[in-house]
Amino acid sequence: MIFLTAFIVGGLICVVGQLLMDLTNYKVTLAHILVGFVTTGAVLSALGLYQPLVELAGAGALVPLTGFGHILAQGAIRGVETDGLLGVFAGGVEAAAAGVTAAVVFGYFFAIVFKPKG
Amino acid sequence: MDVDFTKPAGIQRKQYRDFTDQINPKPNVLVNAIWAFVVGGIICTVGQGFLNAFLAAGLPVLESGAMTAVVLIFIAAFLTGLGVFDDIAKYAGAGVIVPITGFANAMVAPAMEARNEGLVLGVGARLFTIAGPVLVFGIVAAWLTGLLYFLFR
Amino acid sequence: MPAAKKQGLQTLVFQNPPVIVAAGTVVGGKEAQGPLGKTFDLAIDDPYCGEKSWEHAERRMLEDAAKTALKKAGLGTQGIDFFLAGDLENQILASSFAARSLGIPHLGLFGACSTFYEGLIIGAVLIDGGFAEKVLVAASSHCCTAEKQFRFPTEQGVQRSLAQSWTVTGAGAVILASQGAGPVITHATVGKVIDLGQSDPTNFGAVMAPAAADTIVRHFQDTGRPPEFYDLVVTGDLGIYGRELAQGLIGDHGYRVEGRYTDCGILIYDHDTQDTHAGGSGCACSAVVTGGYLLQQLQAGKLQRFLGVGTGALLNVDSPKQGETIPGIGHGVVIERR
Repeated sequence: MIFLTAFIVGGLICVVGQLLMDLTNYKVTLAHILVGFVTTGAVLSALGLYQPLVELAGAGALVPLTGFGHILAQGAIRGVETDGLLGVFAGGVEAAAAGVTAAVVFGYFFAIVFKPKG
Repeated sequence: MDVDFTKPAGIQRKQYRDFTDQINPKPNVLVNAIWAFVVGGIICTVGQGFLNAFLAAGLPVLESGAMTAVVLIFIAAFLTGLGVFDDIAKYAGAGVIVPITGFANAMVAPAMEARNEGLVLGVGARLFTIAGPVLVFGIVAAWLTGLLYFLFR
Repeated sequence: MPAAKKQGLQTLVFQNPPVIVAAGTVVGGKEAQGPLGKTFDLAIDDPYCGEKSWEHAERRMLEDAAKTALKKAGLGTQGIDFFLAGDLENQILASSFAARSLGIPHLGLFGACSTFYEGLIIGAVLIDGGFAEKVLVAASSHCCTAEKQFRFPTEQGVQRSLAQSWTVTGAGAVILASQGAGPVITHATVGKVIDLGQSDPTNFGAVMAPAAADTIVRHFQDTGRPPEFYDLVVTGDLGIYGRELAQGLIGDHGYRVEGRYTDCGILIYDHDTQDTHAGGSGCACSAVVTGGYLLQQLQAGKLQRFLGVGTGALLNVDSPKQGETIPGIGHGVVIERR
């Protein structure tokens, strides 16, 4: 069941991104999509609107970049609960640390190993 | 259609824009949307598979989510290096860009072209061409969330 | 007092028309597989040309095109007075490096994708003016150097818009001489920078069509010639949709070019099978199609005379982000069989 909702919710979030590009004739570029989805996820999460989606769809809500924003925002909230003001600064990045580190390490590694095909 | 060059520039531009709107090709919105839905859905389903596997291995929920992201990032970075990612994205569009795979691709793709500019100012700097703004906006949004929560909880 | 060799507002008339004595063209794999594949001198399938970077590959292609033209003309580099060249890399670096290795006095040109035609005009002026006996004119572009500079990294997962063109990988060179056998350049119309407010860097056809139309109409008005005077009117790299726009704009001025008007960017690729969307673009697009196919058509007698118009979109990496519109330019050259 969770696989089905993950497929549908994840797919629909991607469709929103596709429509944003197609219907603006690509004035919304890939960079805008990435930035926009992370920020939107963080805002929805802060308003308490994203957690229900995660409970419904699991990876369907966590794997899209809105989920990355959700993790950042929830991390900051959790940081405040445990560390107060320090958590405001540390909580978000702490929660996203694994993803960011993976992206930097694997990114650097593969960028050096492979030559672009063109 | 009739662009009258004797008219002021603003009117010419308006006339020309109307003309280009008639001629310019339109993207096939429905086909693109179906591709994005199916491929994006598959990636999330695969992600759910990894998530379940990590949960079954005894990892807590949050850590399982983080490890799922790590695995997907690895796969996307690898496919980008092989030169396959852009071929998939040609059809799947937002279906591979919106998931965390798009973030990984956006780091590797500019960096791998910068090898000739050196390992520091080339590869090191270009990793963040697009990922940099993503992190900036994401971290600022999280910081604001934390600050508001700190002040008004 | 009007200049002696000028006709109308923007058109030059050459009294001793410079002769195109030889041409050399080098292309990449995609162009070699296209409908004009057989018309090019050299095809290199590897985007790196065996070099360490795309930038090195582009300058290699430019040098190879120049050397091919020299060889066909039976000339050494000492026999050439000036080397006029340009490309799309930042500060036209491919041309500078090619000029370094050729060792010919060099004038670097930038007219975006119209550079080859700009070079033809200046080269013809130098020869007709008596300042040179032989001039080497060349231009290059490379799909990957252009993509990474102006658009997205080549491995980035982006969908190309349907109006977007495909930058031609290759280089074209011709040798102009005061005498000899070959087609001649009789007229040239220097274009104005025209801006009808287009700002989409993925749709250069719409950006450049007004400039191309303006130059073509101006040419007809300056010379008093009707479109029927030419077997072919051919623009540089407007692509499928840009060609339609230009044809409409030319029609608005009372000139009918239907049936005798095409575009190098349409000729070079097969629209149905090569997935190039709008067609070809880049400095090399007009350079290799003119230096290859079009000159061969003249030599074979299938064309008597054509009006070629090199078209360029004038932008840099930052200008669209800064909210600037993208102006276009078009330079016309009349080449006749003789």
